[in-house]
Amino acid sequence: MQKHQRMPVTRSRSFRSSLYRAWDSDLAWNFRHSPVAILASITTVSIILLAVLAPWVAPQDAFDPGAVRLEDGFLEPMDRSPATGMLYVLGTDSQGRDLLSAILYGSRVSLLVGFAAVGFSMVLGVMLGLVAGFIGGRTDAVIMRIADVQLSFPAILIALLVFGVGRGLIPPSQHEEMAIAVLIVAIGLSHWAQYARTVRGSTMVEKGKEYVQAARVMGRPSFAIMREHVLPNVLGPVLVIATINLALAIIEEATLSYLGAGVPPTQPSLGTLIRVGQQFLFSGEWWILFFPSMALIVLALAINLLGDWLRDALNPRLK
Amino acid sequence: MIAYALRSVAQALLVLLAVALIAFSMFRFVGDPVANMMGQEASQADRRALAEQLGLNDPILVQFGRFIGDVAQGDFGISYRHGRKVSDLILERLPATVELAALSAILATVVGIVLGVYTAIRRGGLLAHIIMTTSLVGVSLPTFLIGIGLIYLFAVELRWLPSFGRGETVKIGWWTTGLLTPSGRASLIMPVVTLAFYQLTLIMRLVRAQMLETLRTDYVKFARARGLPESRIHFKHALRNTLIPVVTIAGLQFGSVVAFAIVTESVFQWPGLGALFVQAVQFVDIPVMATYLLFVALVFVVVNLIVDLLYVVLDPRLRAGRIRPVG
Amino acid sequence: MLTSAKLLASALLAIALLAGTADARTVKWARSGDSLTLDPHAQNEGVTHALAHHIYEPLIIRDYQGKPLPALAESWELTSDPTVWEFKLRRGVKFHDGTPFTVDDVIFSYERAMQPTSDMKSLLSSVDKLIRVDDYTLQIKTKGPNPLLPANLTDLFIMSKAWAEKNNAVKVQDFKNKEENYAVRHANGTGPFVLVSREPDVKTVMKRNENYWGKSQMPAEITELVYLPIKSDATRVAALLSGEVDFVQDVPVQDIQRLQSDENLRVVVGPENRAIFLGLNVGDPELKTSNIKGRNPFADKRVRHAINMAINRQAIQRVVMRGQSIPTGIIAPPGVNGYTKELDVIPPNDVEKAKQMLAEAGYPDGFSVTLHCPNDRYVNDEAICQAVVGQLAQIGIQVNLVSQSKSLHFPIVQKDEADFYLLGWGVPTFDSQYIFSYLYHTKTDKEGGWNGTRYSNPKIDEMTASLSRETDLVKRNQTIAEMWKILQDETIYIPIHIQTLAYAMKPDLDIPVDISNQPKLKFLKIKKQQNQ
Repeated sequence: MQKHQRMPVTRSRSFRSSLYRAWDSDLAWNFRHSPVAILASITTVSIILLAVLAPWVAPQDAFDPGAVRLEDGFLEPMDRSPATGMLYVLGTDSQGRDLLSAILYGSRVSLLVGFAAVGFSMVLGVMLGLVAGFIGGRTDAVIMRIADVQLSFPAILIALLVFGVGRGLIPPSQHEEMAIAVLIVAIGLSHWAQYARTVRGSTMVEKGKEYVQAARVMGRPSFAIMREHVLPNVLGPVLVIATINLALAIIEEATLSYLGAGVPPTQPSLGTLIRVGQQFLFSGEWWILFFPSMALIVLALAINLLGDWLRDALNPRLK
Repeated sequence: MIAYALRSVAQALLVLLAVALIAFSMFRFVGDPVANMMGQEASQADRRALAEQLGLNDPILVQFGRFIGDVAQGDFGISYRHGRKVSDLILERLPATVELAALSAILATVVGIVLGVYTAIRRGGLLAHIIMTTSLVGVSLPTFLIGIGLIYLFAVELRWLPSFGRGETVKIGWWTTGLLTPSGRASLIMPVVTLAFYQLTLIMRLVRAQMLETLRTDYVKFARARGLPESRIHFKHALRNTLIPVVTIAGLQFGSVVAFAIVTESVFQWPGLGALFVQAVQFVDIPVMATYLLFVALVFVVVNLIVDLLYVVLDPRLRAGRIRPVG
Repeated sequence: MLTSAKLLASALLAIALLAGTADARTVKWARSGDSLTLDPHAQNEGVTHALAHHIYEPLIIRDYQGKPLPALAESWELTSDPTVWEFKLRRGVKFHDGTPFTVDDVIFSYERAMQPTSDMKSLLSSVDKLIRVDDYTLQIKTKGPNPLLPANLTDLFIMSKAWAEKNNAVKVQDFKNKEENYAVRHANGTGPFVLVSREPDVKTVMKRNENYWGKSQMPAEITELVYLPIKSDATRVAALLSGEVDFVQDVPVQDIQRLQSDENLRVVVGPENRAIFLGLNVGDPELKTSNIKGRNPFADKRVRHAINMAINRQAIQRVVMRGQSIPTGIIAPPGVNGYTKELDVIPPNDVEKAKQMLAEAGYPDGFSVTLHCPNDRYVNDEAICQAVVGQLAQIGIQVNLVSQSKSLHFPIVQKDEADFYLLGWGVPTFDSQYIFSYLYHTKTDKEGGWNGTRYSNPKIDEMTASLSRETDLVKRNQTIAEMWKILQDETIYIPIHIQTLAYAMKPDLDIPVDISNQPKLKFLKIKKQQNQ
């Protein structure tokens, strides 16, 4: 009810800045009244913070092979290193890496790759989908056929291809530095078509609606119509796909590492830790699989719940 | 109408050609088949001779042209790994994948729509929350881990279901099916569930999102105002309008179910196309990889065509001719 | 459906237990990969041979320790002419289709194996002529004296000439000719099992050969043998734990302990005839992947010795291999002619001394280099490389790790594109010459194919060549010993360990680990279970 009262007030103010402020405060209002959103964002923000601050908060530099003691491999949670006395809160993995540090450092890689790749594919896919659906005709045909090509390949293969080409172009001495950038482009390029197709479908529907027709008659430029009228209305499904794809991108990164095309195994991501940990499912070293999986589940869950809430809150028709 | 059909076919052929070309430019990044085709005693000269014989030293465009030329004559080549005709291999493996993919697509669509509608109508309810959260946990884990977890629980601990393979199959012509034997049906359960999990979550969440939106549109409000029963509003009006993006995604998913079956098939040693492809990649079996990719592309093009036509059926506004479905 | 599946499972279990007490039994044998083809000459590859040994037979086989045993040949000896070997063939042997086995089948099979498209031809490259003496005597004339010829024949299977001719399978698979060869999916051997059906990558079913020549000498208690490739490690172990398979050949090292503790299973471990080691680019003037320009750190013997000292083999054995390896100081596995305990010296793991040696060589701050590693070929290969990266970091060598599929890794080694790499090497002939000629000889078209170190020593090349000429085995062994002495000091390879194998099976089976990883199940004796 409150929201309905606010809307007209904000709309009547001077155009752009107030619109944004209203949008902002509306969101804030919604946020304050959603415990799930608060919890999810606290979790997400703390994971992101911990990941970013890993070099300062982690007990060990998990990416420095010289700091890791192979002799300490497979120690249980809360064990101490027999040699150095260092406490391993979550135990160590098969290489003697402190699992807590590995998770912190690994989340860093996973978050970076996940967010950047999803952002990249979303922007690309939504733009192409809007253009295809709105303009139609030949442009639509060309874009959608390219999308078909992309969708025809298992995502992993496209990523492998891009990764291989990237490797060919980048000198070997820079492989490690460039690995993450190449991964982002590789994973991003293998997912845009899903957005494009969804957005195109919805755009075709929106385009036929009276308000868009009206805007057209009033002579608004196509670009403005797409941005102001069509885009907000197709964002629902896009955000659903994006939130799910975030977890998928993180998992895909692990699969790529598995195929020898990801981050180097000496600098494992969260997904890589899980991939390694699953070898120890039967052998009793449960913690190597359990903790990284929990970290990934909590992370993905928080992001998805936040995405859900954001979608509902952003949608003008849900008010 | 005929012009439209012709154009569609021409576009489909272009897509297939593009897929094959990209595939061929990719293969050298996968590895060198000669390394797998010869024993460790083979001399450098032998290796070079085999590479020459296979035409691996030719430029990519030449290899591509040769492959397309052969395909046009219905010849997909001989598998480097099995020494058998690729077309035979694909046909042999096809039934296993189709059975797996079709069952999981059905499972994902039916359960996805039901749960999506339920969670939309009961938005905020406890059970709806539980369903939404559980589904998220499911998609947060890599498929191989879900598969292995299921195997551990149902095959090792409980011993209810077989851990690998298709069980006993029955031959009907060249087709094989596991649906007609108890062991075949038992073998299907875990792979189907594993494969359906991700699609199910996607469809469920999509249906829910669309439902929530349409439930708040004016015509639904009018319908309510007219005093139509809730169930009729939900299923006749809301769900129908929800289905457009859902059909898009579900259609796309069937194609990608075939593609994503790769991991599931590998975990469960399911003798389908995905497993064939994984082994082909590891062996750098170029004819099998190329044919498989062409096949998946073909499935996709066909499914897309159907999806586009379904748009028209589902949304009367598209029939007015303002927007002509393309492709 | 669940309950009916459960009922079925328990019924099957009951039948299996009953069958276990009888002297006839079906054995389900699972391993990670499938045989590539049934054509015995198309692929020279361990997994393919392991299956083929049950359907086809060579003249000579090896037992699980690698000791030669007569199979289709009853005896063999070098004639007075040192270039001619004579083989007396077994009489009264029949192929599965009933045709009798004679010397013509041997000559036909060896000629087939020498065809240009055969993958087995290199094993017969020394053969000059195959001479038919009578129906059951074969003489092989070699181009020069070849004292080790019989060692090359243990995987050379004998096909029926009549069958191959009838079915158009005289030629080995040719990839130019786009037809499938009949022998790829059909088989007609003399072996202890007869092929019933084969679905590649799914299962291969064989039944006992009731007319087998050795039936009276062998237990031959398996009535049906089902070969099941299960690629995923976890699934394969699960299938064993759930009782769906009887014998698993490729047991992941981390699961051995758990399986050993299961009283319903038997686990056996033993060494494989294969060493795992690191190769160093010692020949190039400069390493492409290093920060040191203008000179090659690996060309300095002190650097190589420092690396040898920095590798903590015991830690790799205990943590990475879970105790399932034998640390080694030489790349020749024990049991190979030329291996001695004196050569197999593991340098003490001494980080301080290694650092000091690096400093003496002019690298007090170490250097950087890229290590290439396969991730799908040897037991825990990628994890071994990771451990090496960590251990070398402790003496200041920063190693970038590139780990990838063997299809990408092996060509890099063969084409001299790696500065630092991991490799494993098995020795099917059980003789050091095999190692010298592939790993130490200067790389030429014929020799040194797997020598990715750019090492070239004319003296070693000459001595390697002399080994194939020398018929005096005492003298020959002296040369081998002398060569190892030189090569051990050169340290162009850093040996890590001998890989061990683990087999897991139902307790009524007792299959020893085969040193070539080719268990021959005709020797399997099924134990009666007392407690049933």
